[in-house]
Amino acid sequence: MSISKEDLAEFALRLGDDSLIHAQRLCEWTSHAPMLEEDIAIANTGLDYLGRARYFLQYAGNLLNKNEDALAFLRDASEFRNLLMVELPRGDFAVCMVRQYLLDEFESAYFDALQYSTDSQIAGIAAKTVKEVAYHLRRSREWMRRFGLGTDESRQRAQAALDDLWGYVAEFFITDELEAGLVDAGVAVERSSLEGAWRHRIGELLSETGLSQPNDTWKVTGGREGIHTEHLGHMLGEMQFLQRAYPGLEW
Amino acid sequence: MTEQTPLFEVFVRSRRGLDHIHVGSLHAHDAEQALEYAREIYIRRSEGASIWVVESRHIYASQESDAASFYDPMDDKPYRHATHYKLPDGVGHM
Repeated sequence: MSISKEDLAEFALRLGDDSLIHAQRLCEWTSHAPMLEEDIAIANTGLDYLGRARYFLQYAGNLLNKNEDALAFLRDASEFRNLLMVELPRGDFAVCMVRQYLLDEFESAYFDALQYSTDSQIAGIAAKTVKEVAYHLRRSREWMRRFGLGTDESRQRAQAALDDLWGYVAEFFITDELEAGLVDAGVAVERSSLEGAWRHRIGELLSETGLSQPNDTWKVTGGREGIHTEHLGHMLGEMQFLQRAYPGLEW
Repeated sequence: MTEQTPLFEVFVRSRRGLDHIHVGSLHAHDAEQALEYAREIYIRRSEGASIWVVESRHIYASQESDAASFYDPMDDKPYRHATHYKLPDGVGHM
């Protein structure tokens, strides 16, 4: 089955935007983490995501005849295709780590499957990503245990973060028409097929740590269509400032 | 926060056949976290083959004031030193 160049580019853009926006939020922690060691660890994680964003955006750029910098710095909020989860404000440290954990458990399964994509570029990027994610997951699981089994405050903050973020999880598992076409072609991964195992793993860790799994009473979606929260524009204002103010500027 | 957080010393062996070398220290709440931070801080770019972390309080160290009695007496007794031996080429890191 043949797929269009535009669909493939859109898919690469989605994965690139997920990484880019998450990288930006993580890097906002620089000099704000609870301790110096954690500061470095978060920034390193952010750089992993930035590297991944570059691979995907370069690929999308090649298909669209644009360069990666134009994609990162010259698109407006409504042109971004990232999951809403990653654009939410950086919050407190519990929000940072709980978000990372929810994402890591998803990415661990997602990229593991995506490395068998019939598109060699996508498969190659996914294979690189799998190793990073294994480490990120080890770290975020460790923090979830510390939060849940730590002090009253750490448990309360982690629970509050879980409750606040839970409704944004639904978007991980939506395979829309575009991705369904790519799934048929063997390029993309059927997202909904990963949800059962994801919930199982999350449920296990939460019960081990005494945190409770929130009810599915609400959900928010829209990132893939460019319908974003009010937070993305503010973030882009900062992220894109230099290229907007000094077009074409290079370091 | 770091006042109560234990200090760990970090030792990295950069490849097989070499010794673990002290590369620095960091704060962490326990050994597992120290290992993760050591990985973040000391081996991100040059791949290490092995990391040891040990809580700094477990290191029993000589003192500056001991210097005279510990080290000096040996300097004027060259026969106590192995410096006159020629190492065969096959012996790499010694």
